[in-house]
Amino acid sequence: MSAARAQDHDTTGTGTAPAGAEDPDVVAAEAADGPRPRLVVVDYGVGNRRSVEKALERAGADAVVTDDRATIAAADGLVLCGVGAFLEGARRLRESGLDEVVKDRVADGTPLLGVCLGMQLLFDRSDERGGAAGLGLLPGPVQGLTPALGLKLPHIGWNSVTWSEGTRSPLRAGLPDGAAFYHVHSFVARPEDPADVVARGDYGSPFVTAVSRGRVHGAQFHPEKSSTDGLRVLRGFAVACTR
Amino acid sequence: MHLKRVIPCLDVDAGRVVKGTNFVGLRDAGDPVELAARYDAEGADELVFLDITATSDGRGTIVDLARRAADEVFVPFTIGGGIRTVEDAQAVLDAGADKVAVNSAAVARPELLTEMADRFGSQCVVMAIDAKGVPGTTRGAAWSVGDLREEDLVEGDPWEVFVAGGRKPTGRGAVAWAREAVERGAGEILLTSMDGDGTTSGYDLPLTRAIAEAVPVPVIASGGAGTLDHLVEALEAGADAALAASIFHFRTFSIAEAKERIAAAGIGVRPYRDPAI
Repeated sequence: MSAARAQDHDTTGTGTAPAGAEDPDVVAAEAADGPRPRLVVVDYGVGNRRSVEKALERAGADAVVTDDRATIAAADGLVLCGVGAFLEGARRLRESGLDEVVKDRVADGTPLLGVCLGMQLLFDRSDERGGAAGLGLLPGPVQGLTPALGLKLPHIGWNSVTWSEGTRSPLRAGLPDGAAFYHVHSFVARPEDPADVVARGDYGSPFVTAVSRGRVHGAQFHPEKSSTDGLRVLRGFAVACTR
Repeated sequence: MHLKRVIPCLDVDAGRVVKGTNFVGLRDAGDPVELAARYDAEGADELVFLDITATSDGRGTIVDLARRAADEVFVPFTIGGGIRTVEDAQAVLDAGADKVAVNSAAVARPELLTEMADRFGSQCVVMAIDAKGVPGTTRGAAWSVGDLREEDLVEGDPWEVFVAGGRKPTGRGAVAWAREAVERGAGEILLTSMDGDGTTSGYDLPLTRAIAEAVPVPVIASGGAGTLDHLVEALEAGADAALAASIFHFRTFSIAEAKERIAAAGIGVRPYRDPAI
């Protein structure tokens, strides 16, 4: 079937200033009150970096896309996005040496957010196409989504989530159960430690769509494509980066 | 839970929204990106920009549009109109579009769908189909294929595919073509009823149902939305998304109102949340 050719989400963008400042964009307004953390979208040649950068700026951060070691070293927080195959993403991270750079910053206590493939790369390993090692920052494998009969892969579209009871993850950002996010993926993380699970979606069966462990966070969905609620998630991460 | 979608559509000519709009509070109601950002804030799940620029020298605007939209719109968006090659599609996707819609070029050369799916993944490839019913079909009242004259059917289908903005019949049946397009790599069908388009008297439900049952990919129903119940009917007929233009442009209904009506009908839809909360 043609869907087999589908890749995980790919968007890029370039462009101009935000829409009119008179827009009732309270996410931005709230952001204006607090300090703007300096975030780096780690550029390892994969993914929707520009869209994520623009959304982080809208959510109240100063964001830059770069692989510059000095800029990464000075950042208040890191974002690892990415689309496509796990194997290719892991290879590029390793060959660029950015895997060690990211791990060093995490060891120093710098907050990290992985988005889509970037979240999957936080885990130990993936079963995708024969398997590959990830960053090992979160325990557990990445495995194929197993939707109910009749549901298609990749899973594309808006999916409402249920937050883990009592989660204190900054990604929740005060959002209620039923908040919906835009997903494009065929694989999902299966955290070994249930305490790492922040939110689950349901695509015939439940799947993990947000994780947090200490200052390491991940979103399987695309917050940069999930409208106001997605911006709130990014805002939650940005605020966590100011602490 | 997987949620169904409400999609405002913006027809763009030489960089300007051309179906009339009745927006208060926009600096420039003709600017597609400003309008799109407003729809995002009001709860649109996705946006479609269709470039209907007649002259090829006005075409460069489509990449600029994608670039500007990518910076100001935080929901997925599709751009279509005049995409003829993989390179055209690449330029629009590189500029920040999430998906590309193709129409005439894929009818003329169906391999284009495969080339695009191989390069970008089928989730980026939307096949736009403009379909028109043969004599005897209606969009609402019951009829069956058996009521139609055999010689009127097109590839055995009660609907024919048209291209060139609906001016040119193709001899392809809509169901047959939808099936082929998906086999070749289309990841979604944007299905416009030419009989319904602009009428505000409802989507072509038999057409929507037939295509949704024929293909394993999401179908976006388009053409004919005039009331909120029309949106509900299209989703109940099997569409994964309901697309509309004038009811939103003219503020007949807000997207929030559309969401409320759909949810009240028991269909899962992303709840509208006031961005001011």
